[in-house]
Amino acid sequence: MKNILVVDDSASTRSLVRAMIEDLGEEFEVYEAANGFEALKLLPTVSFDLVITDINMPDINGLELISYIKNSENYRDIPVIIISTERSDEDRRRGLSLGATAYVTKPFKVKELQETVLKVLER
Amino acid sequence: MNGSIKEFIAESEEIIQQIEANLLQLQENLDTEIPPDLLNALFRAFHTLKGNSSLFGQNNLKDLTHNLEELLDDLRMGRRPVDEEVVEFLFHKTDSLKKALKRLEEGGEIDVTREIQEVEDFRKRAPSTGKEESLEGKIDSEILKVLSEYEEHRLKENIKNNKGIYTIDVVFPLDGFDRRLLEVSEKVKAMGELISTLPTTQNVPEGHIGFKLLFASDRSPEQLGETIGRPPTEVFRPTPPQPSQVPLDSIKSTTSTLRVDIDKIDRILDIVGEVYLSRSMFRSLEQQLRQIYGYADIVFQTHRANQMLERTLAELQQSILDIRMVPIGQVFTRVAQVVRRYARQMQKKVNLQVYGEDTELDKFVAEEVADPLMHIIRNSIDHGIEPPDERKRAGKKEEGNIALRAYQKGNHVVIEVEDDGRGINKRKVLEKAIAQGLVQENQQLSDSEVLDLIFLPGLSTKDSASEVSGRGVGMDVVKEKVASLGGYVEVQSEEGSFTRFSLTLPITLAIIKTLMVRTGGRKFAIPLTSVAESLELEEELVNSVEGRHVYNLRGRPVPLVSLRRYYGLADTGNREAFVVITGVENRQVGLLVEELVGAEDIVIKPLGPYFEGCRGFAGAAEIESGNLILVIDTESIIAENLIRTTEHA
Repeated sequence: MKNILVVDDSASTRSLVRAMIEDLGEEFEVYEAANGFEALKLLPTVSFDLVITDINMPDINGLELISYIKNSENYRDIPVIIISTERSDEDRRRGLSLGATAYVTKPFKVKELQETVLKVLER
Repeated sequence: MNGSIKEFIAESEEIIQQIEANLLQLQENLDTEIPPDLLNALFRAFHTLKGNSSLFGQNNLKDLTHNLEELLDDLRMGRRPVDEEVVEFLFHKTDSLKKALKRLEEGGEIDVTREIQEVEDFRKRAPSTGKEESLEGKIDSEILKVLSEYEEHRLKENIKNNKGIYTIDVVFPLDGFDRRLLEVSEKVKAMGELISTLPTTQNVPEGHIGFKLLFASDRSPEQLGETIGRPPTEVFRPTPPQPSQVPLDSIKSTTSTLRVDIDKIDRILDIVGEVYLSRSMFRSLEQQLRQIYGYADIVFQTHRANQMLERTLAELQQSILDIRMVPIGQVFTRVAQVVRRYARQMQKKVNLQVYGEDTELDKFVAEEVADPLMHIIRNSIDHGIEPPDERKRAGKKEEGNIALRAYQKGNHVVIEVEDDGRGINKRKVLEKAIAQGLVQENQQLSDSEVLDLIFLPGLSTKDSASEVSGRGVGMDVVKEKVASLGGYVEVQSEEGSFTRFSLTLPITLAIIKTLMVRTGGRKFAIPLTSVAESLELEEELVNSVEGRHVYNLRGRPVPLVSLRRYYGLADTGNREAFVVITGVENRQVGLLVEELVGAEDIVIKPLGPYFEGCRGFAGAAEIESGNLILVIDTESIIAENLIRTTEHA
C-alpha cells in the first residue's frame, strides 16, 4: 500500500490528481489536504510514501510545507513532488533547493503525472 | 474524466465570486492603504483559475486567466500602481470570464481572443519600476531561502518603508494547533504585516509543532512582546527617526477613533431594553406604594429615584444611539466610485455633486440603503442622463449632472438623487401600465400618480435589459427595501429636464418611541415617528366615499382604516373612539382604535422568517411583565390604502 498526500487549495485539481493516481492501481491510497494546515495535521496520522503539493496557498504555502518536511526527523525521507505552473519557475527552483524531489507543470497529462509518481516512489 | 468538467466550472464560479468580492473591497480601499493580503488573494484566485483551466484543457480560458494572473502579479509585486483604472479593467474582464464560463456550461464554444489581447495591451502600458535591491547580507539566508518570490517582495517593501522585521517562535501541541496559531497570527497582524509562517519540528518536543512567524512592524520590540505575549527576535532594525521628530508620547495612538463590531453595540442596546423593562416595574411599584402610603416620604423618595433612573437611562440610550450614527458620506463615497465606473462603461459624461455628506444616520440604515441608492443612481446614468450628442442637440451641456443630497427632517433623513437628464416619459409609463392591465384605459390619473406607477412590479424594468441597470431589478424592489426600513420613496420628474428620487428614512431603527393603543382586546405599538397627531373621533366628520370611510381633517380628506377590521380582530363592542393620523402631508391614513394608552420607548425586534407572510407588522417588542407586543407597520397600511384611493379615483 502506498499512501499519497495531495495538497492543493483547488478542489478540482485535487480530485483530478486523485483520479490520475487511483488509475495506477488499488495499492495507491490518496489523502487530500486543502491547505498547509490540513497537511500538517495529516502528516503525523498516516505514514506517507509521497507528498504532492501546490506552492501558491494561503497561510502556509508549499515552500513552507516542504521546508517543514525536509527539516523534520520523522518526515524528511518522504519524497515531495511540486505541482507548479510555467510562470512560477523561481518558486519551483526554491522548492527543489529545499529538498523536493521532482515537479510537474500544469497542464500535465495523465501519463506525465503517473510516470513521475512511479519514478519518485521507486527511488 | 468528463464529469469533472462540471466540477471545474462550479469551482471556477465560486472563485469568480470571491474575486468580485475582493475587487469591491479593493475599490473601497483605493483612497487608503491597500492591504497586500488582498492583492495576493486576488493573484492566487487567478492563479488557481489559470492552473485549473489548463488542467481541464480549456486553453482559451487558460490564456486569458494567465494574462490576468500576470497583471495581478504586477500589482502585488509593486510593478504597477493599483488605481481605479486597473480595478475597473479587472471588473470588466472578470465579467467576460463569467460569461465565458456560462457559455461553457451551456455547451457552447468560447472565444476570448479579443479579451486576451486586451489584457496583454493593458499590461504593456504599465509604467515599469526599477529592479528591487537584494536582501543578501541584510537578512539571514536560512530565512530567505524558504520565502516565495512574493513573500520576499513583501519583506523588501517593508524594509524599504523602514519597518522593523521580527520573528517569533511558537510551539503548540499537535492537537488543535491551527486554532492557537491563528490566535497568534491575528495578534501579529494587528501589529503589522505577517509575511511568512514557517512550520518546524526543530527543538520541538514529541507530539508538538513549532512555527516561526516572520513579520514587519513599526512598533517597538517591547510593545510587540507585550501584545503578542512572546518576545520577538529582531531580524532587521529600522534606522531610528531623527530625535527631533520623535514626539514625547510616541506610544499613544494618534487617533481617538475606535472600531467596534456593531453586534457589540446591539448587545448593549438589548441590555438597555431590559433595563427599560425594570424601569416599568419600578414605576408600577411606585404607584402601588402611593396607593398604600399616600404621599409618605418613602413614596416621594421612590419617585425621585425613579426619575433619576429614567433620566440617566434616556441619556444612556441616546449615547449608544449616537455610537451607531455614521455620516452618510461613507455610503456616498462608495456610490461616487460606482458613478465614475458606470458612466465610463455607458460612455456618458456625468458630473456628480454631493451635498450634506455629514448628515448622520444609523449604521444599519446607512448600510441597508446603499443598494437601493446604487440602483437608483445606475438608473439615472442608464436611462436618465442622455448620451453627449443627444444632450448637445437638446441644448444642454454635454456633461450630465447627478446631485446626491442628504438632509435631516425631524426624525428622518432624506436622501435625494436628482439628474438633469431626459426625465420620465409619462405617456410611455401610462401606456405600459395599461398594456399590462395595471391601469384601466379610461382612468384619469394625475401626473404624480402616473409617476408612482414606476414603483409597481414589472413596470420599471426596461425591455432590453441594459448591462448597467438592467438584470430585471425594478424600482419595485427599491421601494420594498426602503419600506422594510420604515421609509418611503417618492419621485418627481419633468420630461426633458430632470428626475428626482427622494428616499425618506428613519434616523434609527433600534429604539423607537411608540404610541400604545388598545383595540380589539389587544395592545399595539405605533411608531411615534409616523404619527402626525391623534384625536378623538368626531362622527360628523366621517364621510363615506364610494363605500370607504374618509375623515375630514380640517378640510382635507384622509382615508380611515379600522385596525380591528384590518387585522381581523374580534368586535369587542367598544366604540372606536380615537383616530391616529399616520404618515406625512399627502400620504396620510387615519387608524381607528378604541383607546390611546400612552407613549412608551421600545426596543424593536424583527419577527423572524416564521411570520414573513404577515402583513402590517414592523416587528415585535417585549414590554413589562414579559408580554410581547406587536409594532404596527404604518407604511404598508398607508401604501395599501393609497393605492386603493388611486384605483377609486
